[in-house]
Amino acid sequence: MSDFELRDLYQEVVIDHGKRPRNFRELPDATCTAEGFNPLCGDQLRIYIKLADGVIADIAFQGAGCAISQASASLMTLAVKGKTPQEAHALFVRVHTLLTEGPNAQVTAAELGKLAVLSGVWEFPVRVKCATLAWHTLRSALEGGGSQVSTE
Amino acid sequence: MSDLESSLQVLPEQLDLAPGYDVERVRRMFPILAQQIYGKPLIYLDSAATSQKPLAVIETMSRFFLQENANVHRGVHYLSVRATEEYEKARAKVQGFLNAEHVEEIVFVRGTTEAINLVAQTYGKTQVRAGDEVLISVMEHHSNIVPWQMLCEQTGARLRVAPIDDAGELRLDELERLIGPRTRLVAVTHVSNVLGTINPIRRIVELAHARGVRVLVDGAQAAPHLKVDVRALGCDFYALSGHKMYGPTGIGVLYGRHELLESMPPYQGGGDMILSVTFEKTIYNKPPYKFEAGTPNMAGAIGLGAAVDFLDLLGPAAIAAHEQTVQAYALKALAAVPGLRLIGTAAQKVGVLSFVLDGIHPHDIGTILDREGIAIRTGHHCAQPLMNRFGVAATATARASLGCYSTERDIDALVAGLGKVQEVFR
Repeated sequence: MSDFELRDLYQEVVIDHGKRPRNFRELPDATCTAEGFNPLCGDQLRIYIKLADGVIADIAFQGAGCAISQASASLMTLAVKGKTPQEAHALFVRVHTLLTEGPNAQVTAAELGKLAVLSGVWEFPVRVKCATLAWHTLRSALEGGGSQVSTE
Repeated sequence: MSDLESSLQVLPEQLDLAPGYDVERVRRMFPILAQQIYGKPLIYLDSAATSQKPLAVIETMSRFFLQENANVHRGVHYLSVRATEEYEKARAKVQGFLNAEHVEEIVFVRGTTEAINLVAQTYGKTQVRAGDEVLISVMEHHSNIVPWQMLCEQTGARLRVAPIDDAGELRLDELERLIGPRTRLVAVTHVSNVLGTINPIRRIVELAHARGVRVLVDGAQAAPHLKVDVRALGCDFYALSGHKMYGPTGIGVLYGRHELLESMPPYQGGGDMILSVTFEKTIYNKPPYKFEAGTPNMAGAIGLGAAVDFLDLLGPAAIAAHEQTVQAYALKALAAVPGLRLIGTAAQKVGVLSFVLDGIHPHDIGTILDREGIAIRTGHHCAQPLMNRFGVAATATARASLGCYSTERDIDALVAGLGKVQEVFR
């Protein structure tokens, strides 16, 4: 049973994105940026966003953290590129619901696309923060936050 | 006969009969170890975070609440007198455990953190002035860094930091060089909670005392593993936590030389720390009561007394010998794990084994081991400057730590678990 749950958490896609995160770079012409920090485990990342014509024209991140936080950030950059800030925020809400409520979440696979691989995280409550860090940081960057986001 | 009595009464005979240390018998004294986690036997390798509690400690505390509870140092009634006796008996046990000269040198506090804060805010506040220096080391726990930073902010003093080498041993030559005319206190850990390094406290005390500088020792990680003799060490203050040494949480000890405790101002004001109070003037009680304002953690202190009895029963030397055997086995086994780098390879160390695995974050290691029933700690271990020193600030480390109940079997399970971790990340 525990092996089954472990595979839910560490799905191939998660391992892949954890090892080789996409859009892992600085964005020199970013129009907004924010930093996120998880004091519990030391995960830290910075999100760079380039807004143009009302959409997220480009997004990248840099930082250090566990496989879950790196994979979640990597998948997020792929998911929100080309979307409006409002669409990105709606996705944030769906992902957050999925991570915290698991199967009870009324979120369909179609709404999530590739992000559905994060569905196993809810079975590991202490790891939810790892997966949500990038998303909270994204929201802060889009809101023009500037201050550091903390998961605590 | 209760389980407590039977376990206490059988053990000394068994120790006499059995040559050496019967770890299976020791394990049976810790009921929590017998359980399964996710359907697998619990492998508890997180004793440096907190040790498990033997039945003797649990039952002593339970008996206190069932039969002896009343407030100490106050009432004339039977239970109050009895509770006071038990509380003061626990103090005497700690005195014996540390080989302190006087029982008045034992102050009950919440834990090591409070003990260090107490010294910083009483001794430190009166002895440290602007331009003075407090010397610590790179391997300190945050609890032996932050109280001194706070003191330095309050007084205008300066915090100096003695370096360590790549094995995790204190650079004594540098430490000696850093003890200057403005140094007022050296505050150093006896055993590192990350590296396991056992520091040469006696030598450090000699170096400091030769220059008239007092020494505080953070003994949180030493007390469960080593025979601690404050008179042999020669230190001025020694701090420890009950819960690291098989006792309960919320209780700890500050040992302080009697003349120092006498001269220090109180830490907190309240009941029990006074001899008389008027609105014009309050006369403070003598040490240790001067530093124990308010109703103390009576059950905690009595539980700590039971933990001291437990350590005495097994014998600190026998525990150390057993743990060294398991540690040697672990060091060898971990060295054979591909891609594993051990952090903390001092010649003299206890069974605290910090490590990193190539390409795998400690947090992921911790989650996967957890599902194997294996409890380890991951993160910065409240020692962020030390993580920086070893270039692992971004990821921190995984840490397996041993106790008197640890076995080679635990290490085999850990190594198999690490194999599983690497399989997931292959």
